[in-house]
Amino acid sequence: MARVCFPENVLPYTAGVREASVVAANYRDLLAALESRYPGIREKLDKASVAIDGLIYQDAFLEPIGRDSEVHFLPRIEGG
Amino acid sequence: MAEAVDYKVVGSRPVRPDGADKVTGRAQYGADINLPNMIFGRVLRSTVAHARIKSIDTSAARAIDGVYAVITGADFPQSESGEIGGEGGGDVADVAQNVMARDKVYYHGHAVAAVAAKSQSIAEAALAAIRVEYEKLPVVLDILDAMKEDAPLLNANNFTKGLPEKATRPSNIASVMTLARGDLDEGFAAADIIHESEHRLPMAHQGYIEPHACTATINETGQATVWLATQGHFDTRAQAAKILGRSISDLRFIATEIGGGFGGKTVVYLEPLAILLAEKSGRPVKMVMTREEVFRATGPTSGSIARIKVGAKKDGTITAAKAWIAMEAGAFAGAPVGPAAMAIFAPYTIPNFKVEVFDVLNNKPKVAAYRAPGAPQSMHCMEVALNEIAIRLGMDPIDLRMKNAAEEGTQASYGPKFPVIGFKECLQAAKAHPNWTKPIPAGAGRGFAVGFWFNVGMQSSAEVHINDDGTVRVVEGSPDIGGSRASMCIMAAETLGVPYERVRALVGDTESTGFCNVTGGSRTTFATGMAVIRACEDVIAQCKNRVAATWGIDADQVEWKDGKVVPRPGVNADLKPLSLAEIAAKSARTGGPISGRASLNAQGAGASFACNIVDLAFDRETGKVDVLSFTAIQDAGKAIHPAYVEGQYQGGASQGLGWALNEEYLFNKDGIMENAGFLDYRMPVASDLPMIDTQIIEVFNPTHPFGVRGVGETGIIAPLAACSNAARSALGFIVPDLPLSPPRVLAAIEAQS
Repeated sequence: MARVCFPENVLPYTAGVREASVVAANYRDLLAALESRYPGIREKLDKASVAIDGLIYQDAFLEPIGRDSEVHFLPRIEGG
Repeated sequence: MAEAVDYKVVGSRPVRPDGADKVTGRAQYGADINLPNMIFGRVLRSTVAHARIKSIDTSAARAIDGVYAVITGADFPQSESGEIGGEGGGDVADVAQNVMARDKVYYHGHAVAAVAAKSQSIAEAALAAIRVEYEKLPVVLDILDAMKEDAPLLNANNFTKGLPEKATRPSNIASVMTLARGDLDEGFAAADIIHESEHRLPMAHQGYIEPHACTATINETGQATVWLATQGHFDTRAQAAKILGRSISDLRFIATEIGGGFGGKTVVYLEPLAILLAEKSGRPVKMVMTREEVFRATGPTSGSIARIKVGAKKDGTITAAKAWIAMEAGAFAGAPVGPAAMAIFAPYTIPNFKVEVFDVLNNKPKVAAYRAPGAPQSMHCMEVALNEIAIRLGMDPIDLRMKNAAEEGTQASYGPKFPVIGFKECLQAAKAHPNWTKPIPAGAGRGFAVGFWFNVGMQSSAEVHINDDGTVRVVEGSPDIGGSRASMCIMAAETLGVPYERVRALVGDTESTGFCNVTGGSRTTFATGMAVIRACEDVIAQCKNRVAATWGIDADQVEWKDGKVVPRPGVNADLKPLSLAEIAAKSARTGGPISGRASLNAQGAGASFACNIVDLAFDRETGKVDVLSFTAIQDAGKAIHPAYVEGQYQGGASQGLGWALNEEYLFNKDGIMENAGFLDYRMPVASDLPMIDTQIIEVFNPTHPFGVRGVGETGIIAPLAACSNAARSALGFIVPDLPLSPPRVLAAIEAQS
């Protein structure tokens, strides 16, 4: 199962849970699984970037999620 | 891990294609567009820093002969909330109010009305005839004052975001960003030494030489065309559409040449006004800011206060770090707290840390992005702290950083594990650099510091058209700020296997090419470059199909090699390879013009690290600081055009040195900036700086075909702390705040003696 780490700003949706294990084939399915488990979290996560196994995606969609993947959400960075 | 590839064009240093027009004056910048019947727009700006607008009487201005239009906030639609792209872009409703005040002014220089007249002098007269009645409100300027519970509120509807519990009362704190890991108490208990200090950095401007400028025209069906100096005509078009309540397809934005942006030209200021004035007057309207307007009303970067505490063992191992940082947002939310929090500890492996960064409203201009937004402010305090720990431990400061340096697989402070990065390679290069090992000149000090920036990808499009003679036209939508047209030509030439001189690049307008996000985030060579490469690959695939059809064999029986379609080795050896020019010459018979295209959302931009070494001489009698030498070492992944990469390092260093040594907004107690001009706002000029030495490190970024990492922003970060650390080296004590201007340095010396 993929390990998903939550940022501070979504902890109200996870009742303070900082990490979760999720089975998903890709990012779309992972988001759906998280929304099902933590209603309302998707809207917050949609505004974030995501790092899947160290690679940062500004707008992930169908990126594959492996059984041992590590997923982090972080604020969107656009730079100057 | 540098990939050893023998490129033919990538890594060369050809002359830039836009160079001749720029040095001969042919290039057209924002203010150079002139149209028949064009008139001139000017902006009336608030004379107070915080007030309710009781009334605006424009009747006298409208009555002046030659005045064609007058607008105020009442002429704009009510903007709904929604995010605007770009670092510090903020909320569209806020940006709309920043473009033109509605019921309140939030800073001195805030736009309250605009006029369009047949001459600049008539426009000036019209501004003077407008009567604005203000109800003055208390002004809050200092960050800490603004954070107090009883501070004058800028916005009664501002409730702090990012708190564990929902805020129940309004304040000037727009948001807080927190990152934490491990156990701070445990970490500091394990430390042998602890350093604590507090540092203030000033609000500073991006300092682009070209002021904001645009020209707008609109026809009777509501189709507007705007020429503007911008870092992103697609993004600024979207901003203008939202602010004006128009369809994006009603607006055509054409990016002119640009005289610098550095993040500050990612947002709109004049464009919505020019469109509205053009519509009301029925004539094209040109608007050009004065330098004073640029300072008073366009995006500076946040001033900040940072408190840092770092603990380490005797062997240099960092055990814990804690930072508290407050950043000025100015009039509307949007200080770059996210990247500030994520960057500060990113270069290091720290088991226990916490960083809190606050986005604080005050009565100053709304901040905008500036080269690696937020990182210079946050990383300064950490790099000063590490320097002090190295001194106290008797360690070489580079060795201290090497001991704690992040590498591939390190869990970054902001979450994910680092992929391949080049931090240690930069540190090794710095340690071996002659400017690190040479004797320090008498009376001078040497400083070292590190910079880090994430870099981004985002959306880009490109088309590649092949002319009948085999020459190549690249069309993309990223305004060229740092030589990107040359880089696009190089990448196209390398991919297609043709000489650089046979490729030309054009920055298309919003109606002539596909969507591109701003030239910002150090993304253009990475992301738009990737689109160009993919479009070239599209061309190659078409060429292979056409040649295979010509030869009457399957497409999988041919290959692309050195700019030609050749038969696969071992089969059809009698077929003569066909070059791009030969294929193009027959394109009419094989399916028509050859054009490739690509649109993508580039992911996986590789982070970039930098190390800086600076020698500063301090005049103990006057406090004047001279830069004796400066060395910028940075990972570029792969330098497509090394001269432009070096130029980015030198430009970042120059801006960082300016911020470190002299630049700062100075406000009086009423919130009026007292140095809104280049005579008093002291940016470095050529005679202030030595030749900045550069060293390009190349640690291949596997997500880009040529291994590119963005290089535009990282270079501004480390100069700030490097200068503070040079002051420590020369003077024997920390001068905590920047800039190290003569009055501050002299006061520090006198206080010590």
